[in-house]
Amino acid sequence: MAFGKKKDKKLCAEVVIYTRYERFWHWSQAALIFILAFTGMNIHGAWHAMPMGLAVIIHDSAAIALMTLWIFTAFWNFTTGNWKQFLPFLQVHPEDGRFVTGVKIFLGRLWAVIRFYAWGILKGEPHPYKKTLQRKQNPLQALAYLTFMVIIGPALWASGLAYLLYDLWNDFASAQSWLQIAVFIHTAAAFAMIAFIIVHVYMTTTGKTVFHYIKGMITGVEEVELSEIEKEYLETHAPDLIKDENATC
Amino acid sequence: MFRHKILPVSLLASALLFPALASASAAQDAPAAAKGKGFVSLRQLKSLSTTADHSRFKELQGPFTSGPQVTRACLSCHNKAGRQLRDKVHWTWHYTNPVTGQKLGKAVMVNNYCISARGNEGICAKCHAGFGRSSPDYDLDKLENIDCLACHDGTGTYFKTVVTPGHPRVRALFTPKKPVPWTKAAQNIALPGRKNCGKCHFFGGGGDNAKHGDLSSVLFDPPRDVDVHMSRKGANLACIDCHVGSGHKWAGSRYVMTVGDPGKRAPGAPRAKATCTSCHTQAPHKKTSIIGIKLNGHVDKVACETCHIPAFARGGVATKIFWDWSKAGKLKNGKPYKEGGYTQGNGKERETYMTLEGSLKYGENIRPTYRWFNGVMRYVTIATKIDPSRPVQINSFSGSYDDPGARIYPFKRMQTIQPYDKGNKTLVYPHLWGDDPDAFWGNFDMGRAVARGMKDAGRPYSGQLGYVRSQSWWPINHMVAPKEKAVQCDECHTRDNGRLANLAGFYMPGRDRWWWLDLLGWLAIFGAIALVIVHATLRIIAARKSTPVKEGKE
Repeated sequence: MAFGKKKDKKLCAEVVIYTRYERFWHWSQAALIFILAFTGMNIHGAWHAMPMGLAVIIHDSAAIALMTLWIFTAFWNFTTGNWKQFLPFLQVHPEDGRFVTGVKIFLGRLWAVIRFYAWGILKGEPHPYKKTLQRKQNPLQALAYLTFMVIIGPALWASGLAYLLYDLWNDFASAQSWLQIAVFIHTAAAFAMIAFIIVHVYMTTTGKTVFHYIKGMITGVEEVELSEIEKEYLETHAPDLIKDENATC
Repeated sequence: MFRHKILPVSLLASALLFPALASASAAQDAPAAAKGKGFVSLRQLKSLSTTADHSRFKELQGPFTSGPQVTRACLSCHNKAGRQLRDKVHWTWHYTNPVTGQKLGKAVMVNNYCISARGNEGICAKCHAGFGRSSPDYDLDKLENIDCLACHDGTGTYFKTVVTPGHPRVRALFTPKKPVPWTKAAQNIALPGRKNCGKCHFFGGGGDNAKHGDLSSVLFDPPRDVDVHMSRKGANLACIDCHVGSGHKWAGSRYVMTVGDPGKRAPGAPRAKATCTSCHTQAPHKKTSIIGIKLNGHVDKVACETCHIPAFARGGVATKIFWDWSKAGKLKNGKPYKEGGYTQGNGKERETYMTLEGSLKYGENIRPTYRWFNGVMRYVTIATKIDPSRPVQINSFSGSYDDPGARIYPFKRMQTIQPYDKGNKTLVYPHLWGDDPDAFWGNFDMGRAVARGMKDAGRPYSGQLGYVRSQSWWPINHMVAPKEKAVQCDECHTRDNGRLANLAGFYMPGRDRWWWLDLLGWLAIFGAIALVIVHATLRIIAARKSTPVKEGKE
C-alpha cells in the first residue's frame, strides 16, 4: 500500500492503532519485566523479599516466558511490517508526504520533541509530533524503543541465557571468566532497563491528561493524522477501527 | 538397575522379608527395616542369607577365657580371614598414602587430641582390632592376636579393655568393672553393626563424639533429623552399607579421600567407594524442576555434604573444639580432678577441665567451615619441622575453583595447644600412659613424659618443652539431614556472612557484585527518578500558572 504518496489533506481521527496482539505484547511484557526486575534484584542481593530459591524459580520462569513472547513478537513484527515503526530514520516527508529514509528529517523532528519535553510542555505548547498510521511513535520514542529492542533487550536475554545455561558450558576453558562477563552484562543491562522503565512510565503521564496514553495502550485507540486515502481505506476495509472521525490531534 | 547398597525390593518380597528381617536382626543393633520404604540394607540382606548358626558350632562352645583363644577357633574354619586382615589398616595401624607417599597410620601419627598412640599403646590400642598391642614392637604376623569380636560380636555386649594396667595413680579409672563376655560373643557372630564400629569410632579423641564431630553415640539410634540414612525412621542403614568392602577392606578412608566420585559403575560392578554419588549419582535432584536442575548444576563444584549436613554434633552430643594441654596436670589436694561446666543437649555434663587432659571446650550444632578440597590430605609427622610462630596445621589440603577434582567441602576445625620440642621445632610423642614412673597420667610431669616418649620412639628431643597452637581439619560426611533440613540457597547466596563468604575464585550470585557497577546502576535509577520528580514538579508549577488560559482552550 502506498499511503501518503499523494499530497493529501490531513484529517484527524481516533483510530485503533495498537492491535490486540500489540497490546497483549506490551502489557504481558510489562508484567514480566516488573517480575524479572523485582526477583532479579532479589537474586542480586539488593533486597531480600523472598527466599533465593523462590526468586530463582520465578525469575527463570518469567525469563523463559518473556523470551517466548519475544520470539512470537519478532515473528509478528516482521510478518505485519510493524517492525518499520521502530526504524527512527524512516520518516514521512514533510512536503510530498512520501515515506523516506531521512536522517535530517529525523534529527529535526527529534530535536523538536526533545525541545518540547524540556521546554514546550511547560509552556503549554502542543506536542510537535503528530502520530500517523505508519509512524505511531515520535522520533524520540522510536529511538528509545529501538535501543530497548536491539541493545538492552538482547543484552539481557543473551547474557541471561548464558547465565541460565552455565552448567552446560562450565567445563569450557575460562568458563568462569566468560560467566563473569555475562553476569556483568546482565546486571548492567538490568539497571539500564529499570532506568528506562522509570522514564517510560513517567512519559505516559505527558499526554493530554495524565492517563491519556495509558488508556490508549489499553484500548488501542489514539488520535492520529490520516490522509484522505488512509481514511477512505479504513472506512472501506476496517470501519471498526475508526472510533471517532472528528477528533482533535 | 541394582543399587549396590540398597536393593530395591518388590512389595511382595518386602512383605515376605520384613517379618523375617525383624526377627533376624532383633539381636542386632539394626532394628526392623524401614517399613514401606521399598528397600532394605545390604547388611540386613546378607545377615538374612547366612547358612550358619554360630552358636551351634562345637568349636565355639568354649568356655573362652581369652581373646586369642576365640580367634584360634574362628580361624580354624575361616582360614583365609587372618591373612586378609594381616595387611589391613585396622590391624597394622600403618598406612602409606599412595598419592603423597606419606607414611601414616595410628602407629606413627601425631594429632591434636590425645596427640599420639605411639608411646601410649597400652591405652590407645583399646581400639586396636587386636589383642595385647602394648608397644610399637608388636608382631603383626601373630594372627591369633586379631580381635574378631571387636567387629563381629552380635550381642553388643563385647567390650575391649586397656592393654596395660596404667600408672597406679590413675589405674582405677580404667580398670574394667566386669569380665569380657568371650563365650557369649563368640557364639553370636554377625556382620559388623553400628555398635561394633561405633564403640571405637564414635568415641575417638577421648570421649563421645570428641574427635570427628559427626560420629557420636547418637548414631546408635538417631532421630531422622540427625541422620536420615541411619535412623530407623529413615533408611536404617548400618555403617557397612556405605563403607562397603570385601576381604576385610573397607571403603571410605580418611587418608585418601574420594572427592567428586562420578558415581558411575558398570552394571554388576562392585561399589568400592563410600561416596554419596555411588548410590545417589551425580544428578540426584529432580530433573524436572528449575531448582532441581540448578542443584544438579552445583554437584560439580559443591560436595553433597556441604548442603546436606547443615551442622555437625547434632542430636545432643557435643564435640571437642578446643583443647589446651598446657593446663593439664593440675592437682587438687594432691589428686587429679575434673570439672564439669558444659551441659550438652542430652543433659549430660562434659568436663571443661581434667587433670589428665587440660582445658577443653565443646560445641554442638556447629556450622562447618567450608574449604575447597580435592581429596589429598597431607599430614604433619613427628619429623616435620614446624613454625611455632603460627598454628601448626596438623593436616592440610588444597583445592580451588579451577581444580576440576575439588569441591567445596565441610570441615570441623579442631584447635589445640599441645606440647612440642622447642629446640628441634617438631611435635612430640608424649608418654601419657604406662605403669612406669614417667607416664604423664600418673606423675603429671609433661617434660618427663615427652622425654620418655621421644626416647622410646627413637626420636631426637632437645629437652626443651614448649606448647604450640595447632589446628586440624576433619571432613564432615556423616549426620546427613533429611532433604527438607538441607542448607537453603540463601545461607550461601547472601551478602551477609554466608556460609561460603570466605571462598574466592568464582562469582556467586547473591554474594558477589561489582560495587562500582551497582553504584552506577543505582545512580542511573535514582537519576531517572530525580529527573522525573523535577520534571513533574516543573509541569505542575507551569500548569498552575497557565490554568486560566488553558481552561478556555482545552
